[in-house]
Amino acid sequence: MKEIINLPVQSIEEEEYHINMGPQHPSTHGVLRLVVTLQGEIVKKLQPHCGYIHRGIEKMCEKDTYQQIIHLTDRMDYLSAHINNHAVCLLVEGALEVEVPERVKYIRTILDELNRIASHQLWWSSFGMDLGGLTCFFYGLRDREHILDIFEESFGSRLLHSYYTPGGLMRDVHPNFQKRVKDFLKYNRKKIKDYDRILSGNVIFLERSKGVGVLSKELAINYGVTGPSGRGSGWACDIRKKHPYAMYDKVEFREVLRHEGDTYSRYMVRIDEMRESMNIIEQLIDNIPEGDFSAKMKPIIRLPEGEYYQCVESARGELGIYCISDGNKNPVRMKFRTPSFVNLGVLDKISREMKIADLVAIGASLDLVIPDIDR
Amino acid sequence: MNSFTKYFTDIFWGFRSLLIGMSVTGRYFFSPGQIVTQQYPENRKKLKMFERFKGDLIMPHDEHNQHRCTGCGICETNCPNGSIEVISDRIELPDGKKKRIIDKHIYHLSMCTFCSLCVKTCPSEALDWDQTFEHAVFDRTKLTKILNKPGSSIIKDIE
Repeated sequence: MKEIINLPVQSIEEEEYHINMGPQHPSTHGVLRLVVTLQGEIVKKLQPHCGYIHRGIEKMCEKDTYQQIIHLTDRMDYLSAHINNHAVCLLVEGALEVEVPERVKYIRTILDELNRIASHQLWWSSFGMDLGGLTCFFYGLRDREHILDIFEESFGSRLLHSYYTPGGLMRDVHPNFQKRVKDFLKYNRKKIKDYDRILSGNVIFLERSKGVGVLSKELAINYGVTGPSGRGSGWACDIRKKHPYAMYDKVEFREVLRHEGDTYSRYMVRIDEMRESMNIIEQLIDNIPEGDFSAKMKPIIRLPEGEYYQCVESARGELGIYCISDGNKNPVRMKFRTPSFVNLGVLDKISREMKIADLVAIGASLDLVIPDIDR
Repeated sequence: MNSFTKYFTDIFWGFRSLLIGMSVTGRYFFSPGQIVTQQYPENRKKLKMFERFKGDLIMPHDEHNQHRCTGCGICETNCPNGSIEVISDRIELPDGKKKRIIDKHIYHLSMCTFCSLCVKTCPSEALDWDQTFEHAVFDRTKLTKILNKPGSSIIKDIE
């Protein structure tokens, strides 16, 4: 009698089935399609399908001049638009051996860090929301609004700035810039404590994030998982430390490292990085030197013939730009090594044998931006 | 620590963390002065954007209906998306010289990515940004705008 009841139940449990998570799913943060092979509720295999928001940015770069490429890179990782612009500018300036004014370096570093805080705040908001804490979403967006106001006052746009230009900046920052940034730092120091009180210590959050999706250091290096996700596994991969650009070799900051490699450590790395970013801004904001906001550049930029590579630390990891030039005003080939695309590769490895609800937490902790994956 | 005491301490610390979180949300609930949301369509008259806000491309005209555009077409070549078309004419001046004047400066708002390259590269500073932001229309042909006003001419000292 016992055998008759048990047999059909077992055969159903052992069957594997596929589920499409996305392309229209709120927790994939965009049009990412994950084909998940499940056994019951346990993820056995995961295959990401990209390309739903492919716009051919690399190909479009081949017809554009170097000034025009800037506005395309905004649209890759739109949450760290300044940092993407910075990569192109550094590439062009490095190839032409142009020395940009000190003022530009200061402002660029401050804006990059503000952008990193804004990106991490939006990530914190959506991470909380994915794990069921909708309040986080409102609080994170409320604080991010202050950074967007700083951006909007200085150069008129909130998300896609196109503010950097090869050789300097589009225009000088607004006279209120320093005061507003200082006000924001004072404000945000208080609010980050709220983040810790609401989410970091919450028992439900700890249960769902500790020990979930463990990414070992070896795996992180093998898959090239950079940025806060890689540093959560103890891999020191910060480009700001390894290959300093702008003012990063002159300011003091700590490279945040954690060694557990689970979702919680990736979370804590980002929270601590917000604090480190504020430290960097505090060191720079009071001594912005006077001077030009742009170096003298020719109206038509032609890079010398050759191959160039430039990497910067975006909010998600290493953003690398590889460029081949034949001496004309357009590049022959542009290749972007975007952090989200590389980080997506490891999602299959670390989410196996986890529950499908954990997959949502792991995917959110890798901080994927889908237009950055597809470009 | 045996499992029995661990069970109860876990429950205690769990409840404590929940109460700490709820104290934050409770504080905002009882202090309505910290509300930051705006009642958007109602506050439309008071709502003012920052002066550098990139809303809409315009060509500023002075009180004599004169603008600064020479029709050189640098904005058109610099635009990455082809959202600007400059149609210019050649006229003969009284002293026999030929001069290029602008006929139509067409701006396609639907194709614009607000990269601001046209405003930056214009040699005579003829273009600027407006602060309007409500761009929704019922017909997309309304998004194509002619920036120079009818009957306008160029300010004299601009070359």
